Amino acid sequence: MTSNEPIGRFRFMNEQRVNLDGFATPAPELGLVAFHGLNDPAPSLVIDSGRIVEMDSRSESDFDSIDEFIARHGIDLTVAQEAMAMDSTEFARRLVDPNHSRKSIVRLVSGMTPAKLAEVLSQLSAAELVIAMTKMRARRTPSNQAHVTNRSDDPLLLAADAATAAAFGFRELETTVPVAADAPSNAVAVSIGAAVGSPGVLVQCSVEEASELALGMRGLVSYAETVSLYGTEQIFIDGDDTPWSKAFLTSAYASRGIKMRVTSGGGSEALMGGAEKCSMFYLEARCVALARAIGSQGVQNGGIDAASVAGAVPGGVRSLMAENVMVMLRNLEACTGNDALMSESDVRRTSRTHPIFIGGSDFINSGFGSIQRYDNMFGPSQWNSEDIDDFLAIQRDWGVDGGLRTADEAEVARLRRRATDAVSAVYSWLGLGDFSAEWADQAVDAAGSKDITSGDLMLPLTAARTIMETNVTMLDVIAALAENGFDLEAQRCLDMLKARVAGDYLQTSAIFDEEMNVLSLVTDPNEYSGPGTGYQPSPARQSQIDTIRQQRSVADLLGEQQSFESKNIFVAGSAEVSYDPRDVVIGVSPATGKDIWVTLSGLSVSDVITEIMAGLEEEGCVGRIVRINDSLDLGMIGLTAARLSGSGVSVGLQAKGTALIHRRDLAPLANLELYSVAPTITRELYRMMGINAGRHAKGATPEPVRNPYSDEAIEARYHTKVVSLVSIERNCVTQDGPEVMELR
Amino acid sequence: MSSQFGFSGKDVSEVTVESIRRGDITLDDVRIHPSTLAHQADVARENGNPQLAENFLRAAELTGLQDETVLRYYDALRPGRSTSNDLLEIADELMAIGAVKNSELFRQAADVYARRGLIAK
Repeated sequence: MTSNEPIGRFRFMNEQRVNLDGFATPAPELGLVAFHGLNDPAPSLVIDSGRIVEMDSRSESDFDSIDEFIARHGIDLTVAQEAMAMDSTEFARRLVDPNHSRKSIVRLVSGMTPAKLAEVLSQLSAAELVIAMTKMRARRTPSNQAHVTNRSDDPLLLAADAATAAAFGFRELETTVPVAADAPSNAVAVSIGAAVGSPGVLVQCSVEEASELALGMRGLVSYAETVSLYGTEQIFIDGDDTPWSKAFLTSAYASRGIKMRVTSGGGSEALMGGAEKCSMFYLEARCVALARAIGSQGVQNGGIDAASVAGAVPGGVRSLMAENVMVMLRNLEACTGNDALMSESDVRRTSRTHPIFIGGSDFINSGFGSIQRYDNMFGPSQWNSEDIDDFLAIQRDWGVDGGLRTADEAEVARLRRRATDAVSAVYSWLGLGDFSAEWADQAVDAAGSKDITSGDLMLPLTAARTIMETNVTMLDVIAALAENGFDLEAQRCLDMLKARVAGDYLQTSAIFDEEMNVLSLVTDPNEYSGPGTGYQPSPARQSQIDTIRQQRSVADLLGEQQSFESKNIFVAGSAEVSYDPRDVVIGVSPATGKDIWVTLSGLSVSDVITEIMAGLEEEGCVGRIVRINDSLDLGMIGLTAARLSGSGVSVGLQAKGTALIHRRDLAPLANLELYSVAPTITRELYRMMGINAGRHAKGATPEPVRNPYSDEAIEARYHTKVVSLVSIERNCVTQDGPEVMELR
Repeated sequence: MSSQFGFSGKDVSEVTVESIRRGDITLDDVRIHPSTLAHQADVARENGNPQLAENFLRAAELTGLQDETVLRYYDALRPGRSTSNDLLEIADELMAIGAVKNSELFRQAADVYARRGLIAK
């Protein structure tokens, strides 16, 4: 060891994944601080003749364009004085008090300035944020959004993955492009895939603002989200917009009946070098106030692309959640981040999401990477396709609706095939491109784009260009679907177009359920007011949450055991006490030869017995198999066997594989050697146990065989199986005396 | 209940997969009607969001504009694209078609952009 190398304990700690993350010493002058920045203003509001002349310690002559827009459009002057006069701590308490309704809070917040609301929310602890989120989100029913992208903009894979995401329960799908010009093709492919997967799934294609609007106008996408807001004027302008252009854009979407939300998120200004010595949270408070002022129905925030900037400073993760709650307080739809991966550590990224998952949000993830990390063209998400089963298990653990459901493998295979068939037919019909059968087969089976070797990388670009040049709209896509026998999908795509005519999904927090009902602030308002109120999953939905594909019942395990049933072990007669000193009884449990045929390590019970017999034989002993019918307790099985044994030594074996060596003079719960971890015991170890039992029988003191060590969660893997196998054993217990068994 | 008529005035029940297949439907048949947006504005106001209501009313004024015009107006509002006069001209164009709220938005922008250095150099 060299002198400047850390000691082993720290070398070991340094190797852990969390230490790949960057952690910043707070630097308020750079905006690297979650709350209470150097330049965060004191809340204030001065109204003169119905006009705001000072806001947050700044007089109107000094208003920048963000202040100006908020002051002229964003503050409800009829409640402003009452709201601003309220003590911030007292108001913060109302957020977690069931006696103050969501409506009453929303009313007062509409008169609060950005600094005032930041002051209120910075007082909530993590636990209080969970309660506030539960109470304040707009829509009662939580939901979730997925990213559906891939490295090559492969339309077949996009469609198959969109259908898959819909099958898993995502109600919004967001795609984007590695090659900007491919966007129209991606929009078409994902819209078709979504329609294959489920009715009412909203689709967006995240590209430059004007291009995204153009896609929407053609009906090729059904909502928009990439409308970015920033908390300082300079960064806003660097983003090539102003509050006025964003307000106009917001109206432009609504004028075509298209749902949209804006995107902001703490840390972006610091990341772009323009935080103006303000805290991340205060700047985000300006964004959220502006979002309300320009008339956006919702906000995607919670760090987003700069989540790891917030994550790098003390309290940063709490500030991300507080941003989300702030959106809810402004009576807007909250699409709560948890998209850009903010840590290399599975523990940290789970911790970052978990309170929001528990509290419940309009969209828990504003982009769960439903595809593989390498295929995510937004960059890896906080949650990715490898985490879908984790997410489903966590929903089940807490009984929480995170928006997802288990999807059946055969059904997903069918949907993926149908999605690739539909896209192939539409692209061919509209002259966008032709796909080979091999490509389609690979797309159906692929876990990611690396599994596809026969794609044509130029096809998406050609298709996209043709869509633009020949002015393909969703009407053409619907006609092409119908012409090729995809009537169901044609109808689902049409239903999304018709939704624009009704406009109900323009309201706050709107999604469609699978019957095309709009769930929104208007139709499905969150009225949480303490335990027993608010969102409760329907029995059918609870069953989806509770029933994951991996769960097994006792009947399932019994059936599995029966599939291994064998006639090679059978009862030969009743067992008597032996006086042969070479006799070693192998006492087996009641289910042996009846209902349990395979041990937890996957060996057949008869193979295990064969190994023990062989070990005994090596030591010159004779094994005798005796089934102990009246107890499933391994100690009692071993002791009963030892008392029948001529040598006084026995091997006790439960059919699930747990084994011990016993002797007739010991207490029932004592033993000479024990294999307690059945799933890890190999043939060789059972043979060693036979050898050691033989040595004990001869009066020697052999070196005990040790259980193999494992740092895996063996108990998590097998305990449910153990409960079932023990139950099967119990059902086999009878008052019959011990019986000799033979192996054929 | 929301309006059952598209921007073109066609009853939305006439918009079917079959009528699309026949080529009888245009995008204007599946575009929102300004009266529907006015109704949605009422709903938004009743649900505690007057700003969302204002947005829907601005949107109602834009329904009659061609897509290209909407995109052009949006571009004009981006930073450094327009002079004050350009913005005021658009405000007049909007006023001429009765788009009062959008016209006011452009007027306000002309004023603020000049003060904050956001006009074309």
